[in-house]
Amino acid sequence: MSTRAPSRLPVTKTPKVYLGGAFVRSESARTYKVSDASGAFYANMPQCTRKDLRNAVEAAAKAGPGWAKRTAYNRAQILYRLAEMIEARSGELVASLVRFGAREADATKGMTVCVDRLIHYAGWADKYEQLLGSVNPVASPHFNFTVTEPMGVVGIIAPDSPPLLGLLSMIAPVIASGNTVVALASEKVPYPAILLGEMLATSDLPGGVVNLLTGFRRELIPTFATHEHLRAIYAAVEGADRTTLRLGGAASVKRIRFVEGARAQWFADSAQGLDAIREFVELKTTWHPIGS
Amino acid sequence: MAKPPKPTRASPARLIFGDLWEYDPAPETADPKLRARYELFINGEFVRPKAGKYFDSINPATERKLAEIALAGPADVDAAYRAATGAFKAWAALPGRERGKYLFRIARLLQDRAREFAVAETLDGGKPIKESRDFDVPMAAAHFFYHAGWADKLEYVAPGRTVAPVGVVGQVIPWNFPLLMLAWKLAPALAMGNCVVLKPAETTSITALKLAEILQDAGLPPGVVNFVTGAAATGAAVMGHPAAAKVAFTGSTEVGKAIMRQLAGTDRRMTMELGGKAANIVFDDAPLDQAVEGIVNGIFFNQGHVCCAGSRLLVQEGVAERVIAKLKARIRMLRVGDPLDKNTDLGAINSKAQLSTIRRLVAAGVREGATIYQPPVKLPEKGYYYPPTLFTHVTQSHRVAREEIFGPVLAILTFRTVDEAIEKANNTAYGLSAGVWTDKGSRILRMSTELKAGVVWANTFNRFDPASPFGGYKESGFGREGGRQGLLDYTSHA
Repeated sequence: MSTRAPSRLPVTKTPKVYLGGAFVRSESARTYKVSDASGAFYANMPQCTRKDLRNAVEAAAKAGPGWAKRTAYNRAQILYRLAEMIEARSGELVASLVRFGAREADATKGMTVCVDRLIHYAGWADKYEQLLGSVNPVASPHFNFTVTEPMGVVGIIAPDSPPLLGLLSMIAPVIASGNTVVALASEKVPYPAILLGEMLATSDLPGGVVNLLTGFRRELIPTFATHEHLRAIYAAVEGADRTTLRLGGAASVKRIRFVEGARAQWFADSAQGLDAIREFVELKTTWHPIGS
Repeated sequence: MAKPPKPTRASPARLIFGDLWEYDPAPETADPKLRARYELFINGEFVRPKAGKYFDSINPATERKLAEIALAGPADVDAAYRAATGAFKAWAALPGRERGKYLFRIARLLQDRAREFAVAETLDGGKPIKESRDFDVPMAAAHFFYHAGWADKLEYVAPGRTVAPVGVVGQVIPWNFPLLMLAWKLAPALAMGNCVVLKPAETTSITALKLAEILQDAGLPPGVVNFVTGAAATGAAVMGHPAAAKVAFTGSTEVGKAIMRQLAGTDRRMTMELGGKAANIVFDDAPLDQAVEGIVNGIFFNQGHVCCAGSRLLVQEGVAERVIAKLKARIRMLRVGDPLDKNTDLGAINSKAQLSTIRRLVAAGVREGATIYQPPVKLPEKGYYYPPTLFTHVTQSHRVAREEIFGPVLAILTFRTVDEAIEKANNTAYGLSAGVWTDKGSRILRMSTELKAGVVWANTFNRFDPASPFGGYKESGFGREGGRQGLLDYTSHA
C-alpha cells in the first residue's frame, strides 16, 4: 500500500436515507461503519432509530391519500419513469453491487431484472383491478360489486441478498396499487438503497410514497411489529423475527406476509405477478338497490 | 289565558295496534326433532366425549334446558383432527365434480328440512322465527349451493395460477348465526377440497349437530367434516392444534387477537372475521322513511347480535330531529317477545352473559351523559330480553359509540358536512361495514370510496349473499367469505 497521497483525492458521498421526499441522516445522529468486500472503509451509514421509523410512517401516511387517488394510468407511468431512471444509472448500481461482493455477471443480471420487474408492475397498475374485483350476481334486486383498495402504509423488511433486487421486488407491487411504503434496506449491503433513494427522488414519485431506512433489524423490527399505523408488513425474515412481527402485529390486527416460495427466487419471472399485488389490497363490496 | 297548542302536521296521532288490541299468539309449531343428548361428530359418527362430560344448552327465551351437549376435551379434538387428516388425501383427490355433488346434496337436504331447522335455531339461539325461517336457513342452503358449483372450477379461482386445497382447516364460529356461519365456513372449505374440524359456539351447538345428520344422509365420506362442541378451552384446542394447516375464526376482536398471539410462533394461515361498530350515515336528501326502515333493520335485526350491525347512526343535522322522531315512533311498533311467535321482531338475547354485557354498556351510556330512549314494552317474565334502545346526544368518545355492544342499542350522532361524516364514520378501530343513505349517486360513490369498511350498503343495509364477499378492514379482521374472492382463503399454491 502506498503511503503517498493521491494527486487528487476523490470526493466521497455522505450516505443519506430518502425519507419523506428528502435526504436525511438519522435523527439520532448515529451511524454505523460499512466496509466494502475488500474490507476497506466505505462510508458511515445512518443507523436509523425507532423515531426515524415513526417519522417515516408519518410521511407515508401523509402521502397515502394523494397517491391512492392518482389514476392507475398515472401510477403506471411513474413506475415506468422509475425504471427509466434506474436503467440510466445502471452502471453506477452494478459497480456498487460489485464493490460489496456481487459477481459482475450477477450484478448485471440483477440490474436488468430490476428494471424489467418495474416495467412488469408498471403494466399491472391499471389492470389488476379487472382481475381481482368483480360484479357479483346476488339473488336480490341489488347492484353488487367488489373493488380493491390499497391497505395504507405498508412496512417492508428487505432481504440481505440480493440487496437491491430484493428491495425493489417488494416495493413495486405494493406501491402499484396505491399503498405507501416504509422499507428497511439490507443490513449488510445498505448502500444500493441509498442510490435507489436518489432515483426515487427523480422519478416523479411523490415524496413520502417510498421511505427508505438503513440500520439494524434487531432495533427496528419490534417497532415495525407494533406501530399501529402500519396496516401491513411484508418481510423477508425467518424464525424469531417472524414471531416478533406476528406477536406485535396482533394488537392492531396487521396483515403480515412473508417472502417465501416462488417469490424468494428473486431472479426468476415466477417471483413477480398478480399475487404480490393482491396481498396488499383490501376488498370492498358495495350494495345498491336496483329500481325504485 | 294561554292558547292551546296548535296541532302540527309533524306529530299526528298515531295508531299503535299492539297498544289497543293485544295480538293473538301466532306460534310456529313445526317439530324441531331435537335429541335429548348430542354427541360429538367425528369421523362420520356420533361419538361420546372421552371424558364423558356434557353441558346443557338452554333456550334463552324460557331459560329451560333444551338438550345436553358433549364437552370435547383435548383428546376429542385430537381424534377429530386425526379423522380429518385421514380423510384429506382422498377428499382432495376426488374430482371436483364429485365434491360439488356432495355439496349440492347437502343444500337440497337442508332445504327439505328447512322448517325443522328454523325452529331448532330459534329455540337454541333466541332469534325470531321469521328471521331463522326467512334468512338463516335459506341463506345457509344457498351457501352450500353456490359453493358446490365452484368445486370443479378451481383453475378459475385465481387468474394466472393453479390452486390446491390447504389441508385440514380448524374453524370456530359464533352464536349469532349458528347454522349460517357454519355454512359460510364449511361450504368454501369443502368445495376447495379441504377437510374441517369445526367448533360451534357453546350456547348454540344444536343446528350444527343436526346438520351432521344431513352430512350422514348425504353420504359425505367420514372425517371430511368433524364437529367438536364445547366452550373457550375447546376452541383454543381447535385453533392451536398442530394438524391444522389453516384456521378460520369468527368472533370478537379480543379473542381474534388472542388467537393471533397464540399462533404467532407458527406459519399457520388464518382468516379472522371479527367485531364491528358500523356507521349508518343518513344525509338530508335521503328518502327518510326508507332510511328509518334501514336503520331499524341495521340495528335490531337479530337483536343487534350482528358483527356488521349499524350500531352508530350518523344523521345530518338538518334532518336529525325528524329522523329521531320517526325512529322513536317506529320502534314503538317493534314487538319484543316469544321468538317462536311469527309476529315477533326482537326475540331473546342469546345468553345471560350477553344480556349483562348489554346492560353494563347501556348503564355506561347513561352515566356518560347520553340520553336514553326505550319504548314502553312488556318483556316476558322468564328468559333474557332487552328492549330496543336509542341513545341521543352521543359524542364520539362515549363507550356506546366506540365499543361493540352486540345488542339492540343504537348510538345516534350528528354531522354537518360530507367530510365530517367520513371522519366520524372512520374514527374507529373497526372497519367491517357501513351504510349510506342519500339520493345523490356521486355522493354514494364518494362515500363508498372513502369509508374504511369491507362492506358498504348504499340505501340498504344488512344484505348478504353467497356471491358477495364479506369481511373487514382494520381490526375487523382479514380474509373474505363469499364470492370468488372468499375461495382464495381456502386454497394454496399448487
